[in-house]
Amino acid sequence: MTFNETLPLLVLASSLIPGLIIFTLPEDRHGLRGAFNLGGAVLKLLFIAVMLWGVLGGESYEFRLGVLPGLDLVFRADALALLFVTLSAVLWLLTTTYAIGYLEGSPHRSRFFGFFSLCVTATVGVAMAGNLFTFFVFYELLTLSTYPLVVHRGTPAALRAGGVYLAYTLTGGAVLLAGVVWLYGLLGQVEFTQGGVASALGPEYAGQLQLIFILLIAGMGVKAALVPLHGWLPRAMVAPAPVSALLHAVAVVKAGAFGIVRVVYEVFGVEFAQSLSLLAPLAVVAAITILWGSLRALYQDDLKRRLAYSTISQVSYIVLGVAMFGPVGTIGGIVHLVHQGIMKITLFFCAGNYAETLGIHKIGDMDGVGRRMPWTTVAFSIAAFGMIGLPPLAGFVSKWYLGLGALEAGMPWALAVLVASSLLNAAYFLPMLYRAWFKPRIGAWPEEHIPVTKGRETSRLLLYPPLITAAATLLAGLLAASFLSPLDWAKLVAAREYPHWVP
Amino acid sequence: MLDPLPWLILLPLLWATLAFVRGPGRGGRLAMAGLLLQLALAGGLAGQVAGEGARVYAVGGWGAPLGIDLAVDGLSAVMLLLAQAVALPLAVYARAYYAAHDDGARYFWPLTGTLLAAMNALFLAADVFNLYVTLELLGLAAVGLVASSGGAGPVTAALRYLLATLLGSGAYLFGVALLYGAYGSVSLTELAPLLGADAPLAVFLAAALMLLGLMLKTALFPFHFWLPPAHGGAPAPVSALLSALVVKASFYLILRLWLDLFAPLTSVAAAQFLGLLGAAAILWGSLMALAQTRLKMLVAYSTVAQIGYLFLLFPLATHTGALAASGALQGGVMQALSHGLAKAAMFTAAGTVILSLGRDDIARLGGVSSRLPLTLFTFALAGVTLLGLPPSGGFTAKWLLMSSALHSGQWGWVAVMILGGLLATAYVFKVLRQAFLPVEAGTKFKPVPRMLEWPAFLLALASLLLGLRAGEVLSLLGAG
Amino acid sequence: MSAGLLYALAGAALFALGVAGLILRAHPLRKILAFNVMGSGAFLVLVGLGQRDGTADPVPQAMVLTGIVVAIAATALALALARRLLEHGNEREETDA
Repeated sequence: MTFNETLPLLVLASSLIPGLIIFTLPEDRHGLRGAFNLGGAVLKLLFIAVMLWGVLGGESYEFRLGVLPGLDLVFRADALALLFVTLSAVLWLLTTTYAIGYLEGSPHRSRFFGFFSLCVTATVGVAMAGNLFTFFVFYELLTLSTYPLVVHRGTPAALRAGGVYLAYTLTGGAVLLAGVVWLYGLLGQVEFTQGGVASALGPEYAGQLQLIFILLIAGMGVKAALVPLHGWLPRAMVAPAPVSALLHAVAVVKAGAFGIVRVVYEVFGVEFAQSLSLLAPLAVVAAITILWGSLRALYQDDLKRRLAYSTISQVSYIVLGVAMFGPVGTIGGIVHLVHQGIMKITLFFCAGNYAETLGIHKIGDMDGVGRRMPWTTVAFSIAAFGMIGLPPLAGFVSKWYLGLGALEAGMPWALAVLVASSLLNAAYFLPMLYRAWFKPRIGAWPEEHIPVTKGRETSRLLLYPPLITAAATLLAGLLAASFLSPLDWAKLVAAREYPHWVP
Repeated sequence: MLDPLPWLILLPLLWATLAFVRGPGRGGRLAMAGLLLQLALAGGLAGQVAGEGARVYAVGGWGAPLGIDLAVDGLSAVMLLLAQAVALPLAVYARAYYAAHDDGARYFWPLTGTLLAAMNALFLAADVFNLYVTLELLGLAAVGLVASSGGAGPVTAALRYLLATLLGSGAYLFGVALLYGAYGSVSLTELAPLLGADAPLAVFLAAALMLLGLMLKTALFPFHFWLPPAHGGAPAPVSALLSALVVKASFYLILRLWLDLFAPLTSVAAAQFLGLLGAAAILWGSLMALAQTRLKMLVAYSTVAQIGYLFLLFPLATHTGALAASGALQGGVMQALSHGLAKAAMFTAAGTVILSLGRDDIARLGGVSSRLPLTLFTFALAGVTLLGLPPSGGFTAKWLLMSSALHSGQWGWVAVMILGGLLATAYVFKVLRQAFLPVEAGTKFKPVPRMLEWPAFLLALASLLLGLRAGEVLSLLGAG
Repeated sequence: MSAGLLYALAGAALFALGVAGLILRAHPLRKILAFNVMGSGAFLVLVGLGQRDGTADPVPQAMVLTGIVVAIAATALALALARRLLEHGNEREETDA
């Protein structure tokens, strides 16, 4: 086996093997568990760095294993895969650091970190899947490995949420499976190929292909939390904050959105999908999701639930970008895959900090928290402004390209949706910021767990990760035009999907 | 070198006899040694069949029609491999189980040896009458094992099981008599060319009786009434052996008769009928599993449901295209293999939980996730196979069956499989979610020996990895 | 009608009787007896249909012998189980009293 074949496996193994070892560690071996966690995360980043370097230089990384005749497990590191792999690996490192601080002193940590590593393995597998079958395999593994994290606390509410989560995601998986098997029956092996493979079938298959498209998008739409398949996400917020942060803001919903990107661009091909008139209905669903999520977010008093509805809305920006026929919209959708990730994880980290440090779970309790925890609140504010789409933050870049894309694709109504959503974003984020910074604190904090020590508002492990991701939000916007920024990489991906287009 | 064919039958008989002579409860180590050798022989035989194709062995050099022939092809080699691969870890488990829990250990080893000898002989038999004898011996040994723990419940279940199995094999024997009357032979190879669509009515009657009898023995819905009490009430190693292997033996025979001997007599309507019974089994078994309050009964009803999947292969393989038919056969066999491994793992894991907790109540499993993590993990992995999620063997089976259904344009079966998978999720997670609850006050977990946890885990792991090595298994199935 | 066919028809009748008894009768002993009637029916068919041109065919005779052995074993096991069951029933009655 050559190095180029081994590297994708190494990327998977760098979280799988530490995860399996962590399961066997006794509860009190904090140091060793931390070493495996962080060591694996750093190693994964190193492997990915090598791959990034190689892909830029024209290398290709692919591993292939025959499961059945005509059915292969394929891992391939192409430009789109690397975008998602890098995002999840960087955020995994930060979230692990955060989780070590967050879960200090709570029970069942070996189990938690073991499954956490398995989730990341599944996410990376989803990202690097080279065909629809491999994608499906890891998509289901992601479901299974997140379930124990949702029910981690073992409370009745957690168990109920876990049940709802499974009911949604496994039903979605079953629908997806039907679509995948059907497509394999028609096409044989469905490799992800630029420009798509489905167009090889004659026009007499158009009806079947439309049905398959609906099955695939419905299956993936459950994880991407498209309305009306979104019910699980707000409920799953009973999980510990690091789980909500990495998995529900990034890995799980992104796996769904990423799958939709793959299906539209590399299974059907964007031009072929347009010719089957599949893109416009998808755009409508995305638009409805964007508005519905934002509207519901307005009415939530629980901080994490408000953020969850905001996730529902924001992830559909990606889907909206994908559904716009044209390269600019594509860039907007793909770059939002990264931007939404770093912004939303910042928000969840901060929400976790408020809860863990001061016991704040409700928005009504946030009065004056800016003075008690200034750094956390600065990070929260940057991310919130980013979500609203203020320049020069990351969210602005996404919305700018999405807006241009809407005009290019001849969908001015989508522009209106974006504007309305941004206003709603402002309507549910700004009151929180106002409370945090300007309202005076009356009375004590609900439950102060971590006192101010040496002028630091909370423990180091909880404070640094949101600061880093907030800085990334700023930099991704400021340096969007520079080499290797998320935007630059998204343009590279888009250029490959639209070969006749010059940026 | 030993010819594996006769020794696969003689070895288990040998250690069964020795274990009997050594006295009640003894002979576990001997059995493990014998099983290890059997596994090696079955592996060697699989290699031979893959390389050189099917072959026949004349016992004592006599040959049919006076002597008895043994025959092996891809299908029987696969089933032999499954039987030995499941039985060996079960033997390790059983030794630890009976050391911790003396109930019903007296004749476990002699009966198990006889059961395996009968089963291996069944997989190797080349004529319909010897198949009857092996079937009957298999049933008698299995009934003995069910009754082994004494008690009114198990004995009632055993008697019910015995009468059901006798009725089944009686119908089968009547069919054999009619076949012999029509053609004057019982050899599968001699009979096959004689049977045609123009066969006399008596032969159709024979086929119907034989298949009905075997369906009763396989516990296909609505003939499943005897299975849950027998499998759910027996000691855990016995439940595992019965659910994983014994029902597969009569299924193997149905498959063999349907695809080879009675192929000219089969009709689409009959095949669809079998498929419908399978679908009903999936739905009814899953719903009943969901309604159970006792852990082992839940697992037993899940067997009823999983057997249903096996019968979905008949509508997919009968008078459809070559592509759909071969996919259906592969999917059905894959399902038999992965269910065999997974169900053995699940019953043994359930046994470990019950041994440690001292009760069988699904609602009161709190704390299992922290006290018996490996056993819970085993249960979950086996569950993944039953749900048909990747990368398990159960998933490969489902994939093959679904592809075959699409190729033959039979959409309904896809829907049945998807629904079955979702129902399986519901009953597997009914158990898992309880295990995540905190420990109930006043509950004591008895520590369990490692030899209870690891064999179960290996079985579950094998059922999972089977999905990734399916290519090899299927090429062996296609050989000869 | 040849003698062989007559035997076979009688066997079929016995078999049907046996099956009916096995399914319809409640008492275990009757079920066990019914099973024996059913088995005898099958054997009779085997021997009856196995005759060719009035001469007996040795192969079915040998098969029936084997079958009888199996049937005896099964009957013995069934009787043993039925007795156990009866004992359990008595025990329960005693404890109830």
